[in-house]
Parts: sequence; C-alpha cells; structure tokens
Amino acid sequence: MKPVLETHDLTVIYSRKPVLYGVDLTVHAGSIVGLLGPNGAGKSTFIKACMGLIPLESGWVELFGQRGRKAIRRAGYVPQRESVDWDFPVNALDVVLMGRYGKLGLFRRPGKADREMAMDCLRMVNMEAYADRQIAALSGGQQQRIFLARALAQETDLYFLDEPFVGVDAATEAAIITILRKMRDQGKTLIVVHHDLTTAAQYFDQLVLLNMRVIASGPTQEVFTEENLHRAYGGRLTLLTQAASERIQQRSS
Amino acid sequence: MSARLEIPAFDWLRVVVEPWALYPETTIWIVLMGWLVSLVCGAVGLFLILRRMAMTGDAISHSVLPGLVLAFLWTASRATLPMMLGALIAGVLSVILIEWIHRSSRVKPDAAMGIVFSLFFAVGVILVTAYADHIDLDADCVLYGEIAYVPLEPMWALAGIELGPAPVMRMAMVGLIVAGLGFLFFKELITTSFDPVLAASLGLSPKAFHYGLMIVLSVVIVSSFEAVGAILVVAMLIFPGATALLLTHRLRLALALLPMIAALHSLLGYHLAVWFDVTVAGSMAVAAGGLLAIAWAVYCIWARVARSSH
Ligand SMILES: Nc1ncnc2c1ncn2[C@@H]1O[C@H](COP(=O)(O)OP(=O)(O)O)[C@@H](O)[C@H]1O
Ligand SMILES: [Mg+2]
Repeated sequence: MKPVLETHDLTVIYSRKPVLYGVDLTVHAGSIVGLLGPNGAGKSTFIKACMGLIPLESGWVELFGQRGRKAIRRAGYVPQRESVDWDFPVNALDVVLMGRYGKLGLFRRPGKADREMAMDCLRMVNMEAYADRQIAALSGGQQQRIFLARALAQETDLYFLDEPFVGVDAATEAAIITILRKMRDQGKTLIVVHHDLTTAAQYFDQLVLLNMRVIASGPTQEVFTEENLHRAYGGRLTLLTQAASERIQQRSS
Repeated sequence: MSARLEIPAFDWLRVVVEPWALYPETTIWIVLMGWLVSLVCGAVGLFLILRRMAMTGDAISHSVLPGLVLAFLWTASRATLPMMLGALIAGVLSVILIEWIHRSSRVKPDAAMGIVFSLFFAVGVILVTAYADHIDLDADCVLYGEIAYVPLEPMWALAGIELGPAPVMRMAMVGLIVAGLGFLFFKELITTSFDPVLAASLGLSPKAFHYGLMIVLSVVIVSSFEAVGAILVVAMLIFPGATALLLTHRLRLALALLPMIAALHSLLGYHLAVWFDVTVAGSMAVAAGGLLAIAWAVYCIWARVARSSH
C-alpha cells in the first residue's frame, strides 16, 4: 500500500536560515503520529510545507502517492488555536461550515445538507448546544473543539493538527484524544504536534522527533528513549524532564 | 482680529423643513449620495476592519492621487473611466509595492505602508501643483470633494427618463457590484479573513481575495472621491463598520445595520451642514463620529448590564 505521507529531502529556508533540512519521512495509514520537538524546531513549518502553504527550497512531498494541489485537498489542517482572531464576529456553526468550503467550490453557498453535516460534527465534539454561540464567547477548550469539528467537516483521510492540546482543560484534552482514536479506527491518519512529553507515549502510536532534521521516527516504544529525546531536545531536556516529573507528581498528589 | 465662534440658533424651519420643502431635488440627491458613500465604503470597510487592514483604506485613498492626475493629463479631460482606471492602477500598484517592500527588507508592514502612500501622495500633489495652470483639477477638490455640487452634475437618462446625477448613479452601480460580489463570495471572504491559512489549504486562495478586495476598495474609493474627497473617504471606510461592530457581534446583523447607520450619517450630516452652513462632507464625518460615540456608550452600558446580570 502507498504511504499516506511521504517526504524526501524536504528543506525550508526562512530568510537564509534553514528551518527544515533534508527531512525524509514516511507515514502509513491508520495511526496517530506524534510530532515532537522543542520550540522553534520547525514542527509548524513542517505541516505548512506538507500542506503546500510555504515554498520548498528543495525536496518533495507526496500525499497518498501524489503531488500538488489535488493531493493536498485530501488532507485536513487544524492550525494552532492562537493563529486566528477569536474575536471574529461569527458563530461556532459558521466556523465548522468553513470545513465544507473546499468541496463546495466557487459561487456555491452551503446548503441544508452542509449545515446538517456541520451540526453532526459539532455533536461529535459535544458542542451542538453551542452552534449559535459567537466564537468570542467560547472557552479555549471549546474553541479547540470547534476547530476539531471543522476538521471533521472536511471529511479527509489525513489530518495535520498543530498543538491541539495547548490551553485546553483536562476534559477537552480527554475528549479530543478519544475522537482522534475513533478517527484512527476508521482508517484515518492523524499527525499531531505535541509538546507534553508526559503524555506523548500514551497518546501516540508512532512518534517523529524533529529538530530541523528528523532525529528519530517509528513506533512509539522504539523512538521514545532517553537518548533520542536528548538528541532532539539537547540541553533543554533536563529542564523539560524536571518540569514533566514535577507535573506528574502534582497530578498524583 | 479674532474670529468669534458663534453657534447659529437651531431654527427648525430653516434647518430641517426648508431643505425638503424649498429645494427637494438638491436635498434628495445630496442625502442619497451621502447614504450611498457611507453604505458602500462602510461595507468594504467592515471587511477591512475584520482583516486588521483598516489603515490600508487610508493608504490607498492617498495613493490613487497620482493615478487620477496622470489619467487626467493623459486624456486631457475629466472623463470618469480613464480617471477610474488611473486611480485603480495606482491603488493596486501601491498595495503590491507595500507588500514587496516589507517582504524583501526588514521594513515592517505598517512602515512600508507609510512610505508608499506618502510617496505616492506627494507625487500626486506635485503633479497637481505643477500642472495647476492647465487643469481644473484643484487639490482642494481632490482632498475634500464637494458633495453639495452633486446635484449640478449632468443627469443620466435611460430611454428619455432622467435617472439622476452621474456621480450618484455611478455610486449606485458600484454599490450594486460590491453587493453582488459580496453575496457571491461571502464564504470565501469570511474564511480568508478569519483563517487565511485554512483557506489556502482548502484551495480558496487568500491572495486572490486579498487583491480582489484591494481592487474593489480602489474602485469604491475613486467613485466616492468626488463626493467626499480623499480624507473623508477614510472616515467613511471606518466609521460605519466600527459602529456596526460595536452594536453587534454578529457579522450578518452588522452588515444589515449598515444601511440604517449610513442613513443616519447622511441625514444628520446634511442637516448639520445646513444648520452651521459648512461643508456637507465634513459634517457627515462629524455625524459619523458622534454616532460612533453613541454606539460606544450603548456598548459600554450593555456590557455592564450583561456583566451584572451574571
Ligand atoms: N514566517 C516566518 N518567517 C521567518 N521565520 C520564521 C517564520 N515562521 C517561523 N519562523 C522560524 O522558523 C523556526 C521554526 O518555526 P516553527 O515551525 O513555528 O517551530 P515550532 O512549530 O516547532 O515551534 C523558528 O525559529 C521560527 O522563528
Ligand atoms: Mg509551532
């Protein structure tokens, strides 16, 4: 079977500074893949490069064995929550409906079927009661659920999610991971940027450690080793593991 | 010698009744033009505000000046189409230049905007003054416009029926086109404004809509020019949308409020101008400011009530 995502020699340069360098990666269908790496490692950039949103210096990306615009339409993207202005005067349903627009094409307005589908997606993230609510009035967790519902409305087989667990409450985090697992069980592939090492091993089937280059990738238990993490996070890991163990203690106390 | 500031007595008959009773034609066309300008500029401006591009309207309304003057010199006439085209080219060119400057240097976007529009405007002013002897396009008119002269413009007629003065008809046409485009591309407009990255991943091309909006903005600015001038166009691009967004947080409702807000701008502004015997365009901007202050007060009271009821 063809891989869902394959990149070869992917290189991105922002104003003469390489952010991704020679990234080779292959992801097969039906798994939740954690994309881990320190701040500024190029995780968001990697997603944008895969979605064709930024120019590549070299290399290529194939989605479902194809390149170009058409292939990219088969992937869904959930940007970082802070990347948009939540004061925007639309309601939750409006945002979820945006997920349908890729399929609608120019001039066509969303119809009743699209609305019902969007409501179903809201139901899946337990937000149907908030369809009419202006997005500015939603909590961080609720906003993230709306983003997830919008992704569901896109009905694609591959999703990139950028830090979906940042700034959300514990209940939302649990709800999101449950939905992601359900999606995986339907054969979808989810590539999730994550930064909390304490939950990484538990959430993901596969891991990719990224820091400008791919440090390690593969099944979680093979990749999630102290040595690999050290190579990805460098000196910062001691701080991170310290913070992580403190958090684990806090949770258990 | 000092000029004394005197407030003329408010004479109900002179300020409110007479304009409609004694010279209704003039009054109707001025008020209608004011309404159209505020409505059409306001609708485009609402999206500028949502895209955090409010100052782009300011920049473009200055940048179109050299385009206007060059088109005028080129064709040696005040024909509208070449002037519109000249302004359109200058407007879009300035947008491209702004983006190019901040992308290819360390100059931040707002600074790039300041550089480009003041440069374009300066070139325009030089052209106007250099050729002032040969042309009857004076800087005052370009800057302030004169809505009071609108009823004196030639009438458009269709099959022998007089429709109305040319600027009003042109503005109405532009308004219809803007409304039509807004209706056709509503979903793309809100998606590219709210989440351009998602829009791009859906294949909606935020860039195309950005430039599309800039072109529409340039056309709207130029057709409003002769009525309210460069400086007051900026007011009309911001006030209606800002007022509507203070009154409601629902985009569709905000858009639906615009015709009413525009009517208030136009009527209040016109009668204010009659009362004080001053420029109509300036009075409209002042009325718009007053209305915004009222909307703000309403918003504050409403927010307080909402908070205390929780
Ligand atoms: N638009 C941009 N222009 C210039 N540099 C950028 C841009 N976006 C990101 N960067 C830089 O690229 C690096 C990687 O960023 P990013 O992909 O956002 O990292 P991550 O998501 O892993 O935190 C960072 O050093 C960041 O400063
Ligand atoms: Mg990031």
